[in-house]
Formats: sequence, structure tokens, C-alpha cells
Amino acid sequence: MVPESAVSTRNISKNYGDVEALRNLSLEFPRGQLTSLLGPSGCGKTTLLKIIAGLLQPSSGEVEVNGHTVTGPGPDRAFVFQDFALLPWASVIRNVAFGLEMRGVAKSEREAIAERYIREVGLAGFEHAYPHELSGGMRQRVGLARALSVDAQVLLMDEPFSAVDEQTRRKFQEDLLGLVQNEKKTFIFVTHSIEEAVYVSDQIAILLPRPSRVSEIIRPSGFRDKGADNIRRDPEYLDIVDQIWASLRSYVE
Amino acid sequence: MTVFGYRLPGMSSLIVWGLLWEIVGQMGLTFFIPPLSEVIATLFAVIGTAAFQKALAETAYAFSAGVFFAITIGIPVGILMGKNRLLDELLLPWVNVFLSAPLTALVPVLMVLFGFGMKSIVITTTLFGIWIIILNARAGVKQINRSLVEMAHSFGASPWNAFTKIYLWAALPEILGGVRIGIIRAVKGVIIGQLLISIVGFGALFELYSANFLMAHFWAVLIVLFALAFTIAEFLAYLERRVAYYAAKR
Ligand SMILES: Nc1ncnc2c1ncn2[C@@H]1O[C@H](COP(=O)(O)OP(=O)(O)OP(=O)(O)O)[C@@H](O)[C@H]1O
Ligand SMILES: [Mg+2]
Repeated sequence: MVPESAVSTRNISKNYGDVEALRNLSLEFPRGQLTSLLGPSGCGKTTLLKIIAGLLQPSSGEVEVNGHTVTGPGPDRAFVFQDFALLPWASVIRNVAFGLEMRGVAKSEREAIAERYIREVGLAGFEHAYPHELSGGMRQRVGLARALSVDAQVLLMDEPFSAVDEQTRRKFQEDLLGLVQNEKKTFIFVTHSIEEAVYVSDQIAILLPRPSRVSEIIRPSGFRDKGADNIRRDPEYLDIVDQIWASLRSYVE
Repeated sequence: MTVFGYRLPGMSSLIVWGLLWEIVGQMGLTFFIPPLSEVIATLFAVIGTAAFQKALAETAYAFSAGVFFAITIGIPVGILMGKNRLLDELLLPWVNVFLSAPLTALVPVLMVLFGFGMKSIVITTTLFGIWIIILNARAGVKQINRSLVEMAHSFGASPWNAFTKIYLWAALPEILGGVRIGIIRAVKGVIIGQLLISIVGFGALFELYSANFLMAHFWAVLIVLFALAFTIAEFLAYLERRVAYYAAKR
């Protein structure tokens, strides 16, 4: 049974001048689940995510979040940017608290919340550092903490782990699984890594190269509750990885 | 610079130029250049006089008021021009014309419009400083990282918040650069205004000194003005260096 959708995109097309990025893309994002968007570079994943965020207007088609048509950004969605988008003049804690600041949360309260999420992404002790004093992976975690701290129903994550090291990445993947389980939030997750997508996703949408449509939807199910360590050895997990690799390979070659 | 193994402090070369001035002055080649020692003695004598202090106070007032208007009007206008295409198209040609125009020629017109007093000097000062401030604020906004704007938008920033929390800061290095040059120009503006209108401030003082061939007085006041202008410019350069840490990383 497919649960109700938190986000639906219907017949989305998007042109940038002559470049047709998305064509007639329709996709349902079930509530409380994690959906990955997987596809070759430049196929329009960021574009789709920004349309859902309300940052870009589609050329045609519409997006619904919790039954309401999207006309712009809203507090029900939070975005993790591919290029981090940190304020270079503000300390880590101010960056993380920025979303709350925009929502008018009082300073002491928002800093307390920010501190908690800074700890959660493993940056305790760096609260007063500036972005240029952090490594790429650390900056990315600041962007992650900022999106988590506003407690939005839908999290739009554009390659949120691309710059962190492999150990942290695995830890984050496990944390993400925990978050999906506990928080009843809907995650839309862009990644280039097939293994990562299969590991963390309830649903994987494979996008074709430009103009992009959904070519295939895969719902890994059998290994969900086998525990973090066993999933990577599960035969279904390995099969799905192979299957996705096979269908993406044709575009690489 | 090091001489005979000693490290000389910055601007030691001024001593050499000062000595040269003293020698030329002592030789009495021209009444136009009295010895530096005499100028400095006059300087200390002049600083205490009521006429000088009045001129300084008037100039400081005209300068502060002029710079205040140049900054408070220039920065928002520049930022708005950077954000709004229509406004940009409308205003940019004028800003560019006034930036390169010989503004001194406008001062007589200002005198006709606003009278022979303080008001005209303040407006002259503003006019000298404002254009580069506008242009730099505009440039600062134009180079802003789109993704920061999107980020603020995605977290629901109001236009006012976007302005004060993103645009202003992102453009700050350019804005400060513009303010520094603008203020240096405003120094020219306030002096030129006073010289042309010449009944207030240093304008009146210069008029008095040159009419009476008081060259030492003339130079003394000039040194004071140069030193003030230089100090202001250096202070602004210092502020600019304070934000340089993120200027390259926006
Ligand atoms: N602002 C823009 N103006 C013009 N074309 C754009 C713009 N943004 C994206 N595109 C084009 O749209 C296509 C999709 O871009 P998008 O950033 O969505 O890709 P992506 O799937 O996120 O790629 P990647 O995996 O490399 O991040 C690309 O071919 C790109 O050239
Ligand atoms: Mg992308």
C-alpha cells in the first residue's frame, strides 16, 4: 500500500530559455518517507527541488504540498543547498539560527535550538567559527543543521552529504534513517550515489537525462528493518544497486 | 625600508621632504614658500585662534552633513538600483554622467538656487561624494551570490530582512570601498564649495590669508586639512580591511 502523498508534482515542465530541463514530470512523495532523486549530472534534480521549494516557477504543471498548491517558499519546507549557501560574515551559530531568525524566534531561544543541532551534526565547539575557517564537509553540515533546526515537515536536500568524508557520510546516512523513522517528516533527497540512495530511501526515482522525466520508480522494502549493519550485505540491497547501475549505465556510455 | 641596518618607521621619507622644504624656505627664493619651521610655528599659533576654530567647526559641520546625506541616500539608492532593473535603467546614465562631470562648474548654479551659505556647501559636498557611493553599492549588490538570496527567500525572509541581513552585508566590502572614495571626494567638495562661496569656513580664511599674502598661515591651514583628510581615508581603509576576510568568499 502506498501511503498518502505529502508532496505531489504534476506534469512539471521547466525551460531555461532554449534549454528544456524538465518535461512533463509527475511524481508522488509519500508522507513520512524518504524519496531519492537519482540521475545523471545536469538532468534537472536541483531544478525540480527548487520548484518544489517554491524558489523557481515551473513553465507548466503544478506542485502540491499537503494539499496546497505551491506558489512560493513556505515554513512547511526547508532546503539544504548543494553549494551550502552560508553567510560568510556570520558565525556558525548565526548561520544555523538564520531560518529561525527569519521566523521571528527570540535570540536566546533560537541559539539554544541552533546549539542542539550543531551538536547533532558533530560541530560542537565550532559555534563561533566563521564559514571560511571550516572545511567543505563542515560547511555542508552547517547547512544541514540550519535546515533541520526550523522543524519543517518536508526536507529538500540537494546532495547534502556530497562533501563529507566517508565515515561521517555513513553516520549521517544512519542518522537520516533514524530521523525518517522518528520524526514523521518527508524527505526529498538528491544524490549521485546509488548505494546511498538504496540504503536510505523508501522510494527511488530515476530520472532520465534532459529533458528529464521519471524513467523508473524503485521501492526497496525487504531489508528496511534488518538494522544498519545488515542492510549493506542484504541480497535485495545488492540486487537493487545492480539494477539501478544497469539502467543508468546506458546514459554514461 | 632599512638604512644602515636600522628599520625606519613608515613615512620616514616625509622627514626628507620636510628638510628640503625648510632649506628652500630658508633660501628665501620666493615669498610663496616660507620655511617649514615658520609654517609649523604659525600652525600652532593659528590653531588656537577663534577664526580658525570657527572655520574648522563650520567645515566639520558642512562635511559631516554632506557625507551623511551622501551615505544615507547613496547606499539605499545603489542597492535598489542593483536589485531593480527598471530603476537601474532609469538612473544609471545620470549616475555615470554626474560621476565624471566637472561638478565644480555646478557650484555657481547651486549658489543661485540655494543661496551663498552653508546649504550650498552641504549640497556641494553631497554631490561630490554620492555618485561613487551609489555606483559601488550597486556593484556590490550585482555580484551577490544568487544562492544566498535564494536561501533567505526559502527561509521566508521579508524584503526588509533580505535587505538588512543579506544585501547590505554581501555588498559591504564594495559599499565601504565606495564610501571611502566618496568621502575623499567629499573633502574636495567641502573645500571647493567653501573656496567658491568663500564667505564661510576655510574659504573665508583662505580668502583672508591670500589677500594679505600670509603664506605661512595659508600653508599651515593646508597642512591641517591634508592631515585630516588623510586620517579619515586611513580610518576607512582600516574598516575595509576588517571585512576583507569574507570579501573574496561570497
Ligand atoms: N539558471 C539557469 N539558467 C539556465 N540554465 C540552467 C539554469 N539552472 C540550470 N540550468 C540547466 O538546467 C539543467 C538542469 O540543471 P540542474 O542544476 O537542475 O541539474 P542537476 O540535476 O541538479 O545537476 P547536478 O547533479 O550536476 O547538480 C542543466 O542542463 C543546466 O544547464
Ligand atoms: Mg544539482
